Amino acid sequence: MLKINGIKKGIVIDHIKAGSGYKIFKELKLDEADCTTALIKNAPSNKLGKKDLIKIDNVIDINLDVLGLIDPGLTITIIDDEKIVDKIKLSLPKKVVGILKCKNPRCVTTIEKNEEITFTLVNAEKKEYKCEYCDTRTSL
Amino acid sequence: MLKGKHLIEPSDFTVNELEEIFTLADDIIQDPNKYLDACKGKLLATLFYEPSTRTRFSFEAAMLRLGGQVFGFSEASSSSVSKGESISDTIRVVGCYADIAVMRHPKEGAPKLASKYSDIPVINAGDGGHQHPTQTLTDLLTIRSYKKSFSNNVIGLCGDLKFGRTVHSLVKALSRYENIKFVFIAPPELKIPSYITEELTNHEFYQTSNLEEAIPELDILYMTRIQKERFFNEEEYLRLKGYYKLDHDKLNNAKDDMIILHPLPRVDEISPEIDNDKRAVYFNQAKYGMYVRMALILKLLGGDIIC
Repeated sequence: MLKINGIKKGIVIDHIKAGSGYKIFKELKLDEADCTTALIKNAPSNKLGKKDLIKIDNVIDINLDVLGLIDPGLTITIIDDEKIVDKIKLSLPKKVVGILKCKNPRCVTTIEKNEEITFTLVNAEKKEYKCEYCDTRTSL
Repeated sequence: MLKGKHLIEPSDFTVNELEEIFTLADDIIQDPNKYLDACKGKLLATLFYEPSTRTRFSFEAAMLRLGGQVFGFSEASSSSVSKGESISDTIRVVGCYADIAVMRHPKEGAPKLASKYSDIPVINAGDGGHQHPTQTLTDLLTIRSYKKSFSNNVIGLCGDLKFGRTVHSLVKALSRYENIKFVFIAPPELKIPSYITEELTNHEFYQTSNLEEAIPELDILYMTRIQKERFFNEEEYLRLKGYYKLDHDKLNNAKDDMIILHPLPRVDEISPEIDNDKRAVYFNQAKYGMYVRMALILKLLGGDIIC
């Protein structure tokens, strides 16, 4: 396996479904970050067969809702002084604000563009969210 | 206390709050003269971004019969929308002039958005194919008046169940009462959305496209119009518009005490030949609509002390 140096203080996003790593990398704007970052694709995994992995050599603010939406199965490990200080297991967020867009062409948000729309999880199994304005369901 | 609240969808009010409105409506029906000045000095803004003569007239008549006054517009082209003003701005400005606002909008969720920015009560008078809660109050008051109870009824909803916001609202409202069976009667293209049926966890229901087969078991038949304005494709509309026609023949198989409701206007889904049948209550329903809107306006303005 490709060797990437360990990090002293930072974040490891692990167990990313193979193929979703680049999307998360872009969503978190890590391509613009000025710290050391690594995106590892298709690493072997006992759990997933293949997985993606992101290492960030800094503690930055991460939008957990975005990550939960893209891949609720991933894990986030916070490292300080080369030790694991926290492990965050994600799940689908109950509510997301300003991330999803309503796909209903009759929804008021198609004309009132400045609104940050809240979507509420209505079916975790189907990954369905409901628009707060028109109740239309959006599947991830 | 309903003073200052918005009505965006029927579930905004509890069952008890709905009952308060119906009780007040009953009292207004009994003695309308008692309420002639109940809203004296109050202003109702009617913000109708798409034409709806009946609903607008119903609200205007309601406010005028309470002694209040009305101003507004009846289509978007005669408002500042034509200059590009947002809904959030419009409602904030209207709130400076009026005491209460009624909004009809072709976009779904528009009144809810307005309510987020409004200091005055906002009433949803219909938003796209989504909700129409005051029609629901109308329907509920009519059912309550004729059937005395919401529970223990089989209700058939027939026609455009996909875009029929009155149906969506009514089903949602009735589902809060016990032992109601729903029969959804629609062509496959206009079936009730699954998000509505998925919420009917405590009620029996089935879907069919056959009105004749369903009609014998119904206590209430709620007919709706196939709405031309909801179709993007004219051909599809023309194909479906004559799908149902309620006439004497079909009514022969119905219960004697079944009631026929329709939010109006009708096109050809109910034959005029049955207008004089005692089961056809849709014109009385329109009258109940005005009374229930009177009660609603009074409640939201906090002026129900007369009852």
